[in-house]
Amino acid sequence: MNEQVSTCGPGTGELTLDGSVPVVEITGLWTKYGRTVVHQDLNLEIEQGEIMSIVGGSGTGKTTLVRQMLGLERPARGCVRVFGEDISQVGSEQLQQLRNHWGMLFQQGALYSALTVFENIAQPMRELRVLPDDLVRDAVLLKMNMVGLGPEHANKMPSDLSGGMVKRVALARALALEPKLLFLDEPTAGLDPDLSEAFVALIKSLHRELGLTVVMVTHDLDTLFALSTRIAVLAEKHVIALGPLRDLLKVDHPFIKEFFLGDRGRRALEALDEKTKTEQ
Amino acid sequence: MPTANEPTLTLNPGAADGPAVAASGTWQVHALAQGKAMATITAFLKTLKGDNVKWDLSGVESMDHIGAQLFWNAWGKARPARLQLAPGLEEFFKRLETTGTLELPRPRHHRLTPVMKLGFAMLQFFEHMAGLTRLIGQVVLDSWRFIRNPLRGPWKEISANIFHAGFQALGITALVGFLIGVVFSYLSAQQLRNFGGDVYLVNLLGMSIIRELGPLLAAILVAGRSGSSITAQLGVMRVTEELDAMLVMGISHGFRLMLPKVIALAISMPLLVIWTDTIALLGGMVSARLELNLSPQYFLNKLPDAVPLANYMIGLGKGTVFGMLIALVSCHFGLRIKPNTESLGRGTTTSVVTAITAVILADAVFAIVFSGVGFS
Repeated sequence: MNEQVSTCGPGTGELTLDGSVPVVEITGLWTKYGRTVVHQDLNLEIEQGEIMSIVGGSGTGKTTLVRQMLGLERPARGCVRVFGEDISQVGSEQLQQLRNHWGMLFQQGALYSALTVFENIAQPMRELRVLPDDLVRDAVLLKMNMVGLGPEHANKMPSDLSGGMVKRVALARALALEPKLLFLDEPTAGLDPDLSEAFVALIKSLHRELGLTVVMVTHDLDTLFALSTRIAVLAEKHVIALGPLRDLLKVDHPFIKEFFLGDRGRRALEALDEKTKTEQ
Repeated sequence: MPTANEPTLTLNPGAADGPAVAASGTWQVHALAQGKAMATITAFLKTLKGDNVKWDLSGVESMDHIGAQLFWNAWGKARPARLQLAPGLEEFFKRLETTGTLELPRPRHHRLTPVMKLGFAMLQFFEHMAGLTRLIGQVVLDSWRFIRNPLRGPWKEISANIFHAGFQALGITALVGFLIGVVFSYLSAQQLRNFGGDVYLVNLLGMSIIRELGPLLAAILVAGRSGSSITAQLGVMRVTEELDAMLVMGISHGFRLMLPKVIALAISMPLLVIWTDTIALLGGMVSARLELNLSPQYFLNKLPDAVPLANYMIGLGKGTVFGMLIALVSCHFGLRIKPNTESLGRGTTTSVVTAITAVILADAVFAIVFSGVGFS
């Protein structure tokens, strides 16, 4: 890659965790792989406490956008700020701090295959090197309980787990250090409807309980409608629409019409309407 | 961080109704992990005695589950009789009350006596032998299928494997062979000069390189290069379920994966042996010219007399056998890899070590079987 141009300007040098600035702020972002342009002048702001979903067709760079926020990719141009800090410019110590304040649930779980479930979840806590062993043990059991895993699963290896369990363990690991910001990449992909509904309820309750900000990439309309407070639609290399579901439905764009108001979308919307009715 | 006030505990021993502990600051894991906060708190909690302590948590600014757990453990996993909470903290302790008694199941430890360990090792050895035998049988059956219908054989795979295992190994075998030739010739020359037997250098070099060193060097390098790559390739195919996908499509592992590798190594190893022999002798020749002033012409003229042709054939035969052994051993270990990273690493190591050991064992067998052949 050629030299990068960060347009962030100087930061405060401190993470801003109190919500006075957007948790994630992306301005004028360009991502390039060789000659392929993935994002072109993309802007996005994520406020504290919301559940932001990123949707778009295959290959529109949804996962890449999340990787940009995590600092796993470097912007070709533009600025990505997380907690008010320019992610491509922060010092190593701050980056470490930043990394303790977010959690990521990878699409395939990305559990350490050589470690047991317990060790996987304990890993981020042990990495701090100050917490005593008994505290780590209890905290891991608590996290497992939060995601609905009993202690009997603690000594299993990731290869012995089913797909749904892998996701739960990965979520518990992502939540290990009580992050303020949680990234979810296809959280319900590969789960059966029951499990994925349970997973949605789980994320909802954790969001309420821990006051998380959630950034989610998903294809699953039910998950999308049930969870998101706002939705960002990626197409044509940037965010073409941003807002709550009801507002998006009014936007006139072929992709949005296709995505939300196709057969699947209608069914999911009907289900959502029924649900809200019964809840009322 | 602007929000992180250090978590502190202060003891008020002289309160009217017994000692009281007041907590203040941010009881979140990040604040606890900073500086010496955790060490101070642990030390403080150790000095704290008596059950009738009043806990005042109303000064706590914010808390998370790990901070709450810290208190909970300090209280002996029960709510203290006298507790004052800041609003909003109640929820944490309510959750802990329902989950705080969870116990981690003890992992089962297998305690093995030395005799049991020996037994397991023996069983595992037999299991490996049985697996290897089965694999050889499979390869034989697949070769029969190949011979009956050669047009539909895995020609592409064979040629790709010959390219990877043979052609791409030319550089490294040449380098190692040349250096060994130079060193070997140099050291022998010094010894032979003491006895005035300079002219026998050709016999010594020719015999040992063509009969022993060439095939062995090539085999060890190929075991390290191709053996490890075969094992790792099959292992990753197991991890990514490609092996299962092949079975589902009715593509036989033996016919499309093992057989081409075995044939490719059986073909390319003797060729590599010829190559290594040549380069090693070249190195020896250069060294002999410099050290003993033996001319290359003399060296080349003397070589056919010093080394009967049978030795050359034995060397080539060794190459074929070693190549097949390496392919079989690496395939065997590749197929046994379990879908996790640790098993992949261990499997690859074991595969290379076993392949080299097997090659040296086979070499010993060759030495015994052909003990009377090829000496003039």
